[in-house]
Amino acid sequence: MRPVLRREGAGLLLVLVLGWLVVYPLAMVLTEAVGGPGAWTLEAVRRFAREGNEWRALGASLGLSVASAVGAALVGVPLGFLTARIAFPGRRIVATLLGLPAVLPPLVGVLAFLFLYGETGFVAHFVESLTGLREAPWRLQGPGAVLLVHVATMYVYFYLFTRAGLAGLDPSLTEAAASLGAGRWQTLRRVTLPLLRPALAGAGLLVFMTSLASFSAPYLFGGAFRVMTTQITATKLNGDDRLAMVETAALLLLALGGLLLLRKSEGRVDAVGARKGVAPAPAARVGLPARLGAAAAGWALAVVLTLPLLTLLLVSFVPRGTWTVEALPPAYTLANYRAMVLDPVRLKPVLTSLWMAGVATAIALALAIGVAVVSRRARARTGGLLEWLLTLPWAVPGTVFAIALATTFSVNAPWAGRVVLVGTIWILPLAYLVRNLPIAGRSVLAGFRQLDPSLEEAAASLGARRGRVLRRITLPLLRPALAAGASLAFVTAFGDFVTSIMLYTYDTRPISIEILSSLRQADLGQAAAFGVVLMLLSAGVFFLAGEGRGATG
Amino acid sequence: MDGVLGPAGAQHRKALTGVQGDPAGESFLRLEELTKRFGSHLAVDGVSLTIPRGEITALLGPSGSGKTTTLRLLAGFETPDRGRIVVDGEDVTEHPAVSRRFGMVFQHYALFPHLDVGENVAFGLASRGVPVAEQTRRVAEALASVELAGLERRPVTALSGGQQQRVAVARALAPAPRVLLLDEPLSNLDPSLRERTRRELRALIHRIGITTILVTHEQEEAFDLADRVALLQSGRLEQVGTPEALYQSPATAFVAGFIGRTSSLPVKLLSHDEAVAQVQLPGAPAPWAVPHPEPLTGACRLFIRPEALQLAPASEARLTGEVVERRFLGASRLYLVRLANADTLEVLGDPTEAQVGDRVGLEPTGPGLHLFADGDR
Repeated sequence: MRPVLRREGAGLLLVLVLGWLVVYPLAMVLTEAVGGPGAWTLEAVRRFAREGNEWRALGASLGLSVASAVGAALVGVPLGFLTARIAFPGRRIVATLLGLPAVLPPLVGVLAFLFLYGETGFVAHFVESLTGLREAPWRLQGPGAVLLVHVATMYVYFYLFTRAGLAGLDPSLTEAAASLGAGRWQTLRRVTLPLLRPALAGAGLLVFMTSLASFSAPYLFGGAFRVMTTQITATKLNGDDRLAMVETAALLLLALGGLLLLRKSEGRVDAVGARKGVAPAPAARVGLPARLGAAAAGWALAVVLTLPLLTLLLVSFVPRGTWTVEALPPAYTLANYRAMVLDPVRLKPVLTSLWMAGVATAIALALAIGVAVVSRRARARTGGLLEWLLTLPWAVPGTVFAIALATTFSVNAPWAGRVVLVGTIWILPLAYLVRNLPIAGRSVLAGFRQLDPSLEEAAASLGARRGRVLRRITLPLLRPALAAGASLAFVTAFGDFVTSIMLYTYDTRPISIEILSSLRQADLGQAAAFGVVLMLLSAGVFFLAGEGRGATG
Repeated sequence: MDGVLGPAGAQHRKALTGVQGDPAGESFLRLEELTKRFGSHLAVDGVSLTIPRGEITALLGPSGSGKTTTLRLLAGFETPDRGRIVVDGEDVTEHPAVSRRFGMVFQHYALFPHLDVGENVAFGLASRGVPVAEQTRRVAEALASVELAGLERRPVTALSGGQQQRVAVARALAPAPRVLLLDEPLSNLDPSLRERTRRELRALIHRIGITTILVTHEQEEAFDLADRVALLQSGRLEQVGTPEALYQSPATAFVAGFIGRTSSLPVKLLSHDEAVAQVQLPGAPAPWAVPHPEPLTGACRLFIRPEALQLAPASEARLTGEVVERRFLGASRLYLVRLANADTLEVLGDPTEAQVGDRVGLEPTGPGLHLFADGDR
């Protein structure tokens, strides 16, 4: 039975590759935390347990994540209802604007906030010129600032999940409630919200996990407030590798706990989302005052939440050193953008990010397709394990992977699957690749799920060999899913900050690192210009992928 | 390729032969002891079938009977755990679908949505390296044969359900396969369209003379399309034969109960000789004589076709019951008669013979009584 051998062989090969990429580095962290083979010691673990700072950081990570989830729900759920259920002028534009943060690299969101609400930002300048104060009466720093940024960028999960949940709800359920005499409020409380609960639980855990892994906001706004991600970075910078390893292991275990919870709620999320062939409920007919109120609230929130992005755009046109005390920058030029194209030093990070993200995305996509074929079509025994390996990195904070890869690939021991990559141009593409696996994997697996297997069987029974089936049937039909997966993966790698800051070398400085160094040199305009490039490219790639979906779907 | 266009089709029509079992023709497709297990579930259990060239065979059975798995084994999408598939003297059991040269029409057609009608039909030709000019000609021929000539450049998504079904047939037939496999080919059509499409499909298959296996759960479809019907249940082959044979001489209690209308009663076997059994029906004053060739013992079940009974005035000498329902069947009525022990029997009668609530007598008339040992499934 050669086919069996072939498919199980392919499965095992993929298990080896993915295991080496995903599990091996994490296992390395866990063993190094307790000294590593030959030198077992709990010394660092003991130090971790004794140190108040460590427990504070752990508590801060947990507390911040819970608070972010609650805050994001309070903003996102009402916005979801508002835009899905109440008709008001400009509803579709508002709905689109509110979804924007979903495609925004975290660093860009943080940057935009800095320019708007920071001590030297627009609001500060405005308040100073109103009150005559020499400096702004607040500092955008500490837990409050981090939470604010989290809520303002992560509400989008609740927003999108609420809208998707509402769209998937069978309107006859609420109609049934109404015909049984339930008022609008009672229907919401007793029917709609309980039915949305799985979707909302899913969104909550997503925010929790994202917040747990969040690095940009705590790094730039945290100040003395440390969460686990920034604590790890600080310890690593101090050269206490072993303690950093223990901290990383602690964060990893926390994240895996979250993943387990998510897995449990996932089945239920899918059950609501997967309902097909149901026309979404039409927007509710409400009175004119309610409609006006909804319009005002919708537009106001859309403006508040997208204002930072406009600010970013504005600042990107401000030449270096021209904006000091004025409420609005006095001069606007294209100098920052020109520098990015003409100055090789400024152009290089853009090109570097492009090729690294491109390579990482292509390989991640190829691996994801391999896993999908082996698991979903060949039905190899290793299929379940492969899919699990593919999605595992999603739950692992970037900081953890950065430390794990830095540990694994700083030693030359080819027989143990370790080579020196740290300090070479290959470590960042590798890191991006690992982080891209779950993103590409989700899209590709979802695409395969929707692809009727009888199409490929039909092609085979018409005499098409495996390669021809893949080329002529499977891949063309998967194009929308592949485009979506590739664009999301590319955008994530292109905007990556959290692993880049740990692993970059001077020759492979990505855009995010260049933004940081521009900020440090007080070159706000340049930082903003890089940010705008990141933002536009992300939105552009997304738009293109969406178009592709429209054309074939 | 010449096998496909052979003139074999018509000579095996049931109307011409009327013979149960293998017609005289050579065996073209042979299934030997096919067995397929999914985990602990035995989906196909030792199915053997011999199919002459050009014959249409229907695999009929309730859902879960293994008919679709059998078809997928034939197509090469599944590999049997045991058994062989031989076509035209060649053992293809280990051949993948790619090299079997079997055409398949899928239940939901599986038309490639990103290719147009012409590209769909040409797919199998291109896969086998047919030159482009010949592809174009054969696509046009195939489309003409299903009355879709000239629709090559139409997107398949723009076609009606009936047209999609015909494109699927044209696509399967274009590469001149050795065997045509049809998976519930009409189940996705409106009932009004189904009968016409069935006639057209039968005419087309007979014109080409291709050996065809058809999966269906509808008796009417199987009877109408197929020369012979193979009835499956729980992965096992219950009986193979012409529709008439299955109806008139069911081999098992399952066949008797599944094919056509029947009522059944537990009966007591009194005696059996000269291929006639004397059985005692519950509540009947005298035993009934039921033809049965083999010797029988123990508890039995009697299967009765509605046309095997007639209504008669209630009397001491007859089995009697009460008419509980009367169904309109056009020229005749179907009477549901409840016996004293609460069993009901279906009886075909004249429209005016009885009213609901009447007490009537029942007596056997002509063929349509089948006796099986109880527990013989």
